[in-house]
Amino acid sequence: MTSRERAAWGFIAPALIALAVFFVVPVVSSLLLSLTDFDIYALADLSNLRWIGLENYSRLLGNPLFWQAMKNTVLFAVFGVPLSIAASLGAALLLNARTVKWRPMWRVIFFAPFVTTLVATAVLWNYLLNTRYGVINWALTSIGLPAVDWLGDPSTSIPAILLFVVWKSFGYNMLIFLAVLQTVPDELHEAARIDGAGPFARFRHVTLPAIAPTVLLVSIISVAAFFQLFAEPYVMTQGGPAQSTVTVLYFMYEEGFKWWNLGSASAVAFVLFVCIFVVTMLQLAVSRRLGGEHT
Amino acid sequence: MKPRDILLNLGVAAIGLIVLFPLAWMVSVSLMSSGEAANFPPPLIPSAPTLEHYRELFVERGMGRYVFNSFALATLATGLALLFTVPAGYAFAKLRFAGRDRLFQLLVAALVVPAQIGTLPLFLMLKSVGLVNTYAGALVPWLASIFGLFLVRQYALSIPDEMLEAARVDGASEGQIFRRIVLPTLTPILVTLALFVFLGSWNDFLWPLIILTDQSNYTLPVALAALSREHVQDIEMMMAGAVITVAPVLVLFLALQRFYIRGMLAGSVKG
Repeated sequence: MTSRERAAWGFIAPALIALAVFFVVPVVSSLLLSLTDFDIYALADLSNLRWIGLENYSRLLGNPLFWQAMKNTVLFAVFGVPLSIAASLGAALLLNARTVKWRPMWRVIFFAPFVTTLVATAVLWNYLLNTRYGVINWALTSIGLPAVDWLGDPSTSIPAILLFVVWKSFGYNMLIFLAVLQTVPDELHEAARIDGAGPFARFRHVTLPAIAPTVLLVSIISVAAFFQLFAEPYVMTQGGPAQSTVTVLYFMYEEGFKWWNLGSASAVAFVLFVCIFVVTMLQLAVSRRLGGEHT
Repeated sequence: MKPRDILLNLGVAAIGLIVLFPLAWMVSVSLMSSGEAANFPPPLIPSAPTLEHYRELFVERGMGRYVFNSFALATLATGLALLFTVPAGYAFAKLRFAGRDRLFQLLVAALVVPAQIGTLPLFLMLKSVGLVNTYAGALVPWLASIFGLFLVRQYALSIPDEMLEAARVDGASEGQIFRRIVLPTLTPILVTLALFVFLGSWNDFLWPLIILTDQSNYTLPVALAALSREHVQDIEMMMAGAVITVAPVLVLFLALQRFYIRGMLAGSVKG
């Protein structure tokens, strides 16, 4: 080994060891833990621990609350992803117009909610969404619409949380879209304009092809993010009303740290991982195909 | 200005209003006297601004302790993350060693595994060595992140090899090269990474919620979540708590936003 190789290993060893001990080992153990009946008795005395094979998984599949959590999570993703992409893309297109004043300032303002503390802004939105005194219902009733029991009605609890999530995070994808939009040459827009294309035709034929791969990638990354929703229901609804906002991660948390069924909770974690993995593989496959088409 | 341009500017201003209104409302309500916000229509401006809720939080609810915990943990997390990640990121970019590229590919592939998957075993591991309810336990996930490693490596790739070779010819050791040449060139990405870790640790919720079991160790988000379950009716006090939690990170972000946004785009668009 040369002295440079020795130095290199010295440089990477601390990071690799930390990753191995605090990331790889726990993730692998999670799989093993999911094959045991680790519960509060095993927590007190390890001799109570038994291997039970796939029993946690079969029990999960028979647990209506688990399916409810899966259903809620999918609902969050199915409505949340298009909504947040539309908001991000809309804001990016507006901000990309040269005639908009103070663009750098708006860019920072739109992004600011993303860096705020999730728990604090969730508490804040709880009050904005309040049925009786909330500003949102005040706005609705003042234009003649009925007040909505946002967080108290199982049919509006998911949209209510989504309003908050989109407000908080649209700036992130907006910045990514803006960066890509700025790579579209002005000459292309100019040429299309000279050919008589209106704003919508220009969007469809010039802008959209340029940003399509990014839209796709961002949407699939967002799905993974929606699968990891936890603090929002924890703070805003505690999973309610009628368990309409229990997400998979929330279900895992309750199973693991409220009921101390760590074996079963690990099975939930692993199912979550498989879901995210499948989505990510899909992302890779799609981006590879798109990349193939372009070259 | 053409009508279309006026419309565009109005659209942007409308989004700006939607984005800023909740934050402004939060500050405004935190200054109202108790019960004032629970009226319809909701008042937007405090009739007699007061700091009583801030005082109550710090004097009666131990807010100072939570602020201290959050600051201490975020600062320590930032220092540790830099210490572990930066040399490794540089080595992956600029030092040749057997298996480097294979190892790096493996790390990038591991990015698809969300850290939450390991939460339960990690908790049990730390419990068995007595680190539950300690700062050390709360800091463990921040020691090294693959994303941080990736960020540093991408930036370090732009360091010219000739510069490092020249220093080696002059007889500098690898450690000296790292300290005297590499670190100064990496400064912008170090600021970015430090900012990411600090904000990440400050805003983190699930892990501190699990690992910090004793109230005296709570970070601001954990304390705020607990407080909001007990004091749902005290809108004004909860908003004061939210202001205390959000203000430091918002100020930090506004001061260093160039570094934040550049790093974010480097991590997502190019990667």
